[in-house]
Amino acid sequence: MKLTLKVWRQQGPNDKGGFATYQVEANEHMSFLEMLDVLNQQLIEKKEEPVAFDHDCREGICGACSMVINGQPHGPMQKTTTCQLHMRHFKDGDTIYIEPFRAQAFPVVKDLVVDRSAFDRIIQAGGYISVDTGQAQDGNAILIPKETASEAFDAATCIGCGACVAACPNASAMLFVSAKISHLALLPQGKIEASRRVQRMVKQMDEEGFGRCSNVTACEAECPKGISVSHIARMNREFLKSVFGAPEAV
Amino acid sequence: MGWFSKFLTSSLGQKVVMSLTGLFLIVFLVVHLAGNLQLLADDGGRSFNEYAHFMTHSPLIKTISYLLYAFILLHAFQGWALWRKNRLARGAQPYAVHRLRAVNTNPRIASRMGWIGTVIFVFILVHMYQFWFKMKIGDIGVVRYDGQEVKDLYTLVATTYQNLGFVLFYVVSMVVIGAHLWHGFQSSFQTLGINHSKYSPLIHFLGKLYAIVIPLGFALIPIVFFVKHA
Repeated sequence: MKLTLKVWRQQGPNDKGGFATYQVEANEHMSFLEMLDVLNQQLIEKKEEPVAFDHDCREGICGACSMVINGQPHGPMQKTTTCQLHMRHFKDGDTIYIEPFRAQAFPVVKDLVVDRSAFDRIIQAGGYISVDTGQAQDGNAILIPKETASEAFDAATCIGCGACVAACPNASAMLFVSAKISHLALLPQGKIEASRRVQRMVKQMDEEGFGRCSNVTACEAECPKGISVSHIARMNREFLKSVFGAPEAV
Repeated sequence: MGWFSKFLTSSLGQKVVMSLTGLFLIVFLVVHLAGNLQLLADDGGRSFNEYAHFMTHSPLIKTISYLLYAFILLHAFQGWALWRKNRLARGAQPYAVHRLRAVNTNPRIASRMGWIGTVIFVFILVHMYQFWFKMKIGDIGVVRYDGQEVKDLYTLVATTYQNLGFVLFYVVSMVVIGAHLWHGFQSSFQTLGINHSKYSPLIHFLGKLYAIVIPLGFALIPIVFFVKHA
């Protein structure tokens, strides 16, 4: 299949950037990233700079791949990362716009690569549990209802790719942050630090310059893991509980 | 009180302010409509005029109405501050192609609440000038019921709604308010953390019902007056 690609090219964070047009020959069994590999091979052969893009596992579980394809983070297929998106979902002769995830808090590093370290700093602010070293717990020592475990697991499937931010008209990171808060708040091990966690992570999220959620739910629609906005509601509950319930300011 | 001001300025706190003031305004609209439907009573405006007299003289109602003005302004200013913040967060470079999908909301409305709200704010200003300001400050006629002198707001309303321009303005404004409520009703519950597999479908349904029925009720008044006197 013959494709016309309009790819965002940007030398560095301070470069203005713009679209470059390329023709590429792909086949429908390729993943989207493999199609870009073909493009880069062509560029290298022509002694041109290949297109920079993030990728790692190419199995849909690492959260490295990003990019907005024809106006949608991770492309047109729901619950699919860019690396798992296959070219059979496009037609011969299609023109495809490829842009980086855009948000003030995700500055472009180069071409389609953006700096998502804001997410790392939010996790460092409280997205963990403190565990003493020692013997491993007996498997069934702490009983957790199946429904609770499943709900926590659903939240834990967040791969932190940032598609929620890219899709949100407000560039809000609340689906990501709420998935991390929800995952830990649901489980007994996470309850101990729950109050401190939600306050610190929300504070860090605000400081990173993400927008404020206005419940558009574009995040859930574009999330490659289909994380539900019900986790945002849980984060709101956790936050209100910690602000009004905790005996002192965190 | 440091913790409280920190809460109010946090992203989630700002949203709670939007949600609570919004819910207050949602309750207000029900009361406002219930009172205004008396305009349609076939008694030459007596019940409406007496109601308007009561509403402007009861100390309790007066207190609540000052609270109402404050909440409208708070909702508007907080909304404006959020809109500005969100625009900054989106960054200077827009997407060349952008497709907005959503789950269980209308994304075209949800992503334009600020603009829709601005139109509503202008509507409120015009609306307040036309009726509230003219009744309070302007000299409108008076009527006597059982010896008591009451301002004749009914006649002011009736003459205003003989103007087709104003009727259209009110009806279109009600459609805009309906759009705002279509998203705002359920959104305010989500912001407060009320999202439950048992109750959320009901909240969504009630929100849509409310967003249709209440603006429709309001829109009916100018239409009825216009048709009656045309």
